[in-house]
Amino acid sequence: MHQENNKAGYNFLPSKDILTSFSFILPALIIFAVFYIYPFFETFNLAMRDWDGISFERPFIGFLNFKDLIHDKIWWQSVWHAFYITLFALTFQNALAFCLALACDREIRAKNFYRLVFFIPPVLSEVVVGFVWKWILEGGAQNGQYFGLLNHWLASIGLNSLVTDWLSNPKTALTVIAVVHSWKGFGWGFVMFLAGLQVIDHELYEAARVDGADAWKTFWNVTVPMMLPVILVVLILTILGSMQAFVLVLSMTRGGPGFHTEVPVTRILWSMVTTQQYGYACALGVTFGLILIALSAALKKIEKRMTRI
Amino acid sequence: MIKNLFAGLLPAVFAALILISGCSGSAKDQSAITVWHWMVDRHEVFVELAKQYYEETGILVDFQLFAPSDIYSQKITAAAQARILPDIFGVLDVRSIFAKFIKNGFILNLNDSFNENNEEWKKSFFEKALAVNVFEESNHYGVEPGIYAVPLDVTTEMMVYNKAVLQDLGVQAPPATFEEFLTLAEKIRAEGITPLVSGWSELWLIDCFASNYAFNIMGQDKVMATFRGEVPYTDPDWIKLFGIFQLLAQKNIIDQGIVTKSNKFAEQDFALGRAAFAFNGSWGVNVYHDMNPNITYGVMPPPAISKEYPFLVWGGAGSSFVINRGTPNKDKAIAFLKWLTQKEQQQFLAEKTKNLPANRYALADLPSELYEFSKGMENSTHPTIWPAEEDLLVKEKFTKGLQSIIIGEKEPEEVAREVQEIKERQMQRAKNRR
Repeated sequence: MHQENNKAGYNFLPSKDILTSFSFILPALIIFAVFYIYPFFETFNLAMRDWDGISFERPFIGFLNFKDLIHDKIWWQSVWHAFYITLFALTFQNALAFCLALACDREIRAKNFYRLVFFIPPVLSEVVVGFVWKWILEGGAQNGQYFGLLNHWLASIGLNSLVTDWLSNPKTALTVIAVVHSWKGFGWGFVMFLAGLQVIDHELYEAARVDGADAWKTFWNVTVPMMLPVILVVLILTILGSMQAFVLVLSMTRGGPGFHTEVPVTRILWSMVTTQQYGYACALGVTFGLILIALSAALKKIEKRMTRI
Repeated sequence: MIKNLFAGLLPAVFAALILISGCSGSAKDQSAITVWHWMVDRHEVFVELAKQYYEETGILVDFQLFAPSDIYSQKITAAAQARILPDIFGVLDVRSIFAKFIKNGFILNLNDSFNENNEEWKKSFFEKALAVNVFEESNHYGVEPGIYAVPLDVTTEMMVYNKAVLQDLGVQAPPATFEEFLTLAEKIRAEGITPLVSGWSELWLIDCFASNYAFNIMGQDKVMATFRGEVPYTDPDWIKLFGIFQLLAQKNIIDQGIVTKSNKFAEQDFALGRAAFAFNGSWGVNVYHDMNPNITYGVMPPPAISKEYPFLVWGGAGSSFVINRGTPNKDKAIAFLKWLTQKEQQQFLAEKTKNLPANRYALADLPSELYEFSKGMENSTHPTIWPAEEDLLVKEKFTKGLQSIIIGEKEPEEVAREVQEIKERQMQRAKNRR
């Protein structure tokens, strides 16, 4: 059999060429295996155990942690919160980023200054941003003077009825976090959109103008189709980034009031450090990972279809 | 070909070596003692003391700061999992976690060291400071009896009040009862000042306040019976406790924002005179002094609501250090901690950081506010010395439920029902897993 294979040109022993090639990718493979593949399987392994994070004993409990999380209302509430923040970012954040990119793509005065300013929020520390916004949104007052900047402004223009404790009011807390998250993140989208806009061939615009297209038609028939690949990349990055947002939540509300601003990552964190359920936290992590993989796969499919169109 | 093979393999081997060396322990000076701690306000003083210790003994002590405390706790847990704990560290978590660290062999039993020379070292501490680190005979955690940590200081959690605000209202003495407090708080609110502030986004702090009143309303035995599952959270006494938070919120004694306020922000509010009362620990003396040296304030236990049971505040548990059972520097670490808790060093720490010393002979010239905090020790208790401990998930639901009551989202009865549901589920689960 072996001889037959050799006759047919097959050789199951790796050739020196293959070994040489393999040796080149070996460093990357080792790093990938140690830092990605092993943790992935270990997380899955721990998800099936009742482990407090300290003990040597890690009793195997099968899918019990997964069964528990199915009934964990707070967990699913936190997943919904992440979707809410993501929807907010997908619409308002990206719309703002796109509009600003369009504006900066034109010949306007001080456009380099705007480009710089719009990119400041993304490079700031998320914790610092959280604390600064916490100060802006603070409730409370002394002798009629509001501590929070937003409430102070609202009162000074006569909108006292809108004054509230933005972060402690369950009706506003999550939206406020979504707004701050969008403010913090729109700069990335702006830069990517701007880069995309700048590579569109200007002859296309000229041709559209010659054909009598107005600004609106040019936008829909030239800019948007040409920007589609960039838009899709920005959408994917926005979804993955927003679903995993948690630093702002930690610095602004710590998931409160009650569970109103809990997001999946904070639930995973609290399960590990507050309630010492490492096994359960790993189960949450695996589930959340699967949700993100499913989302990415769906987006990839949409991207393929759109590209075909 | 061979040359190519080597050209490819060499970087691979090199990368693997880097990885392996990266995963191994750092090449630290084995003779130096490494201490991991979380105390930002004390770090410089620790470093100064380490220098002094080096001059006296020639032994290097490396204090490494990891803050804030919740991040520190995560680091300790991760280090325990990786078996890379330092020579000396602290465990900030609840007693059950402390017990797990001990049972898994991460912490050295210091009983012999404390008891040698006719208990000389042991006797130098305040009894309550040491009590939190003691595991008695046949404790329910199954830990071998002994003393497992060395206390550095003691803390009490009390209420502070702004003297100027009270004087402006013509009030000379702080309220003694809960009714008096409510009446005064309403007057304070009418003046446009927040009556009471605290960092109740930090769940342990709201739990501390709640447990103070739980002990006062129903006594320690009933609270412990609840933790053991013998009394439900739907009991009228617990409803009464939840009702206190509703009352505080409804009467505007606390701001709605208290539930998302971290204690640092709450300390700032009090130091800047934005709030008349604050619920805080004795470490606040140092913080208030740094934020506003001119503030004049007094210290009092939260006003009692019932006369049936004594009002106990949390106290005794300050910062403590433990010794890694696996360290080759055990003797050096013990010697250093003995030196650190001697009268002179404790006085130095107390003076510089305005914290109550754990050494009973080191009561130096304390600020008057700190002295008032120290009086709270007379009627203090602490979860670490309670005979029972609540399940951590139940505790989370309990404290988050209190937040829901404060923001007016839920009624006390509703929260009580929800907490009891979790309690029963956790008890059933514990039973099944046994």
